Amino acid sequence: MSATGIGASVRRVEDVRFITGRGRYTDDMNQPGQVYAAFLRSPYARARIVDVDDAGAMEVEGVLAVLTGRDMAADGLGDLPCGWLVKSKDGSDMRQPPHPPLAVEVCNYVGEPYGVVIAATIAAAREGADAVMTEFEELEAVVSAADATKSTQIYANVPANRSYQWELGDKAATDQAFARAAHVTKLDITNNRLIPNALEPRAAIGVYDASNESFTLYTTSQNPHLARLVLSAFVKLAPEHKLRVVAPDVGGGFGSKIFIYPEETTVAWASRRIGRPVKWTAERSESFLADAHGRDHVTHAELALDAQGHFLGLRVKTIANLGAYLSTFASSVPTFLYGTLLAGQYRTPAIHVEVDGVFTNTAPVDAYRGAGRPEATYVVERIVETAARELKIDPMELRRRNFIQPKDFPYQTPVALVYDTGDYEASLNKALELIDYSGFPARRAASVSRGRKRGIGFSCYIEACGLAPSKLATALGAGVGLYESGEVRVNPTGSVTVFTGSHSHGQGHETTFAQIVSDRLGVPIENVEVVHGDTGRIEFGLGTYGSRSVAVGGSALMKATDKVIAKGKKIAAYMLESEAGNIDFDTGVFSVRASNRSMTFGEVAFAAYVPSNYPLDELEPGLSEKAFYDPQNFTFPAGTHIAEVEIDPDTGVVSIANFVAVDDFGKVINPMIVEGQVHGGIAQGIGQALLEHGIYDETGQLITGSFMDYCMPRADDLPNFTVDTTVTACTHNPLGVKGCGEAGAIAAPAAIMNAITDAIGVKDVAMPATPERVWRACRGK
Amino acid sequence: MNVTLTVNGEARSVDVAPNTLLVELLRNHLGLSGTHVGCDTSQCGACTVHVNGASVKSCTMLAAQADDAEVTTIEGIGSPERLHPMQAAFRECHALQCGFCTPGMIMSAIDLVNNSPQLDEAAVRHGLEGNICRCTGYHNIVRAVLTGAAEMRSRAS
Repeated sequence: MSATGIGASVRRVEDVRFITGRGRYTDDMNQPGQVYAAFLRSPYARARIVDVDDAGAMEVEGVLAVLTGRDMAADGLGDLPCGWLVKSKDGSDMRQPPHPPLAVEVCNYVGEPYGVVIAATIAAAREGADAVMTEFEELEAVVSAADATKSTQIYANVPANRSYQWELGDKAATDQAFARAAHVTKLDITNNRLIPNALEPRAAIGVYDASNESFTLYTTSQNPHLARLVLSAFVKLAPEHKLRVVAPDVGGGFGSKIFIYPEETTVAWASRRIGRPVKWTAERSESFLADAHGRDHVTHAELALDAQGHFLGLRVKTIANLGAYLSTFASSVPTFLYGTLLAGQYRTPAIHVEVDGVFTNTAPVDAYRGAGRPEATYVVERIVETAARELKIDPMELRRRNFIQPKDFPYQTPVALVYDTGDYEASLNKALELIDYSGFPARRAASVSRGRKRGIGFSCYIEACGLAPSKLATALGAGVGLYESGEVRVNPTGSVTVFTGSHSHGQGHETTFAQIVSDRLGVPIENVEVVHGDTGRIEFGLGTYGSRSVAVGGSALMKATDKVIAKGKKIAAYMLESEAGNIDFDTGVFSVRASNRSMTFGEVAFAAYVPSNYPLDELEPGLSEKAFYDPQNFTFPAGTHIAEVEIDPDTGVVSIANFVAVDDFGKVINPMIVEGQVHGGIAQGIGQALLEHGIYDETGQLITGSFMDYCMPRADDLPNFTVDTTVTACTHNPLGVKGCGEAGAIAAPAAIMNAITDAIGVKDVAMPATPERVWRACRGK
Repeated sequence: MNVTLTVNGEARSVDVAPNTLLVELLRNHLGLSGTHVGCDTSQCGACTVHVNGASVKSCTMLAAQADDAEVTTIEGIGSPERLHPMQAAFRECHALQCGFCTPGMIMSAIDLVNNSPQLDEAAVRHGLEGNICRCTGYHNIVRAVLTGAAEMRSRAS
């Protein structure tokens, strides 16, 4: 392994600009003649817009226009679509309300935009927005997802506020499994609503160029090509060739910047309407109200076991809160990204899951780090641990009895997926060693002697990453293919520019992808530049989400690199007077097998662009290759996370004494970056378990609308993490990689909550386990 | 109104509206976009700069209050060629991912080191609780601050 190749902890290329204040985020950019947008947002959870009086606003100095949903509709703009069609168990299509970018008739959640004020300054735009007098007729709102099907009907075309009633698995076989069970464990749990809070608020600058009727949209997107596709094909803003979407440095996403939102759409449209660039940067309050939220499930689960503790069947019924509209991928999260993961790491032969996707008058809910898989892991790992306690079997032993074994792969689960590889005991054993499991009883006794409670909790998770085989995904309702594109452009002097359709907003692609290409081509890493995030420079791409970038985007680059090498061999063969089949390529050198004749990569590149001695009748000049890679299967990262907590029963404060994560991500390109991804994921998982909760009151007002009310994990809330890996290489992509971005957020909540319930000796404490909830649980209240 | 101040060692004179915040002066009037705005309640710390040597959330201070002050931003502590030890430590320890909180985090960390005769992990965690990072889980930030602190002290001595 070279110091900069695959497997090396190369320090990140992108860091220098970030640590010196030279990053270029959307809000750092400005356009000549730019004006500013301030959105008019609904103060009610559900209200009819009776009248929008903009007279006062138009008197504010600097205000240029007040635009509403009616203006947008008059310009022929379409609704924001949901990109995944889910069918109910009766075969009918999911029901979805129309989702105009700016509400026209009725606003359906607090913060929903229904208009925009455009002004010469931000201050004037905000003052103008305050001066708009809107008359609303307040309507009865639906806030509780659990009661949604029995509440007032929000949309005429959505009976019982139910988008779909989805199922997966063999119900009859599952019922039979329960009929012969020696023991049934039942659990009712909620998966708390989270607000993503990437630290950079969303922002956008729309620029319309009247000279060629084209738009450029600078925006905080995880997938600029998808934004372009949706804005073109569905919203009808402009044809794709007249619309460029640029996502420059993006300050974190965690899913929330996948989606095509009203505000970004509006500023692009408004720039044409106004004839000047229009800029909008969300205030944090707007992020809380109008970014898509995450999770929010209510679940009843039952696990059937035989007398020896073997799992016979799992039955799960979940109500998933979709919010007021179907956001871009909302429908897939509590279905195909959730139900399919309920086998976990276990040989449960029969599984049946039913999901009610319901609308409420709250912000749309969509993918947030893990997206469905944390919810699935939470169900499986909580109920397995509960079963172990009920049966008085060591939770490790119960898991071992039910693990899918290495010899079982490829393993067809009863919920559609085929796991390609894994070794679950290996990561479990390593994690037990790292946490010193055998020393736990002594540590618990020590805690008890100090008046504290101590608990240990396990989470043996699995996830499906590397979204996804396009044929499978589109058959299941996806509206787009899920391949990735890559281009390896070798420049005449032998440096390399790499173009990827995936997008980095913290993941470090500029380093990881450069490592891959540098390693394969034998070109120094400093001679490799990775370009991403601009539809004007990259042919196509589907962006970054679902821990897919290296598994899918990296594989595309491997394919493109292979094409470069294959062409290079032909060039070298001609120049070295041999056959391409006789040319070896290794560490940047083409050589004729069993000879001393060779050419460097740089010499071949130069010859490709200055083709004086070159097979021009057989080969085009140039050395630049593109590839699309469509995955053959999902990848299946898995591992064991263990949390050890100590609780002060007098205050209810939980401190995390130790947190161990052992993950199998397949092969690892940059261990330093992978560890960082795990740390961040764990922090968000611990945040969900202990701190974070998006709460609406009974009228639908968001009462956790700022960092003062919504508890973000801070440095002194978290411990250091002990992180390690085991490796089974993915069997179906050229890098053998699986994906690491979401594991921590998927695994950690169950580990923490299993530890807390172990410490207190109760069946459940609701997340987030705040001091009050823990204090009450300690007192049986 | 006119505000006269020194920013990163350079005398500046800026005409601003009286309600202009220091962060707005830095970003919008002086083009120093390394100082970020991550919230509207002075909670996240992304806008942290040094005013007369002490760390300040620049969203929580009017530009007028910085009249005659010496302000240092992330752009003023080092350059790609000559990184400040804390900048170098953040890179070496992989203490940043998306980079958005990083300038504020580094400015807070430098102030923390300058004002703490001794630092251990707990003190760093406590000292940085005014700066939110959503990416790293803080593990590597804590490591970086301790590493940067050691280097700062060794250079000072």
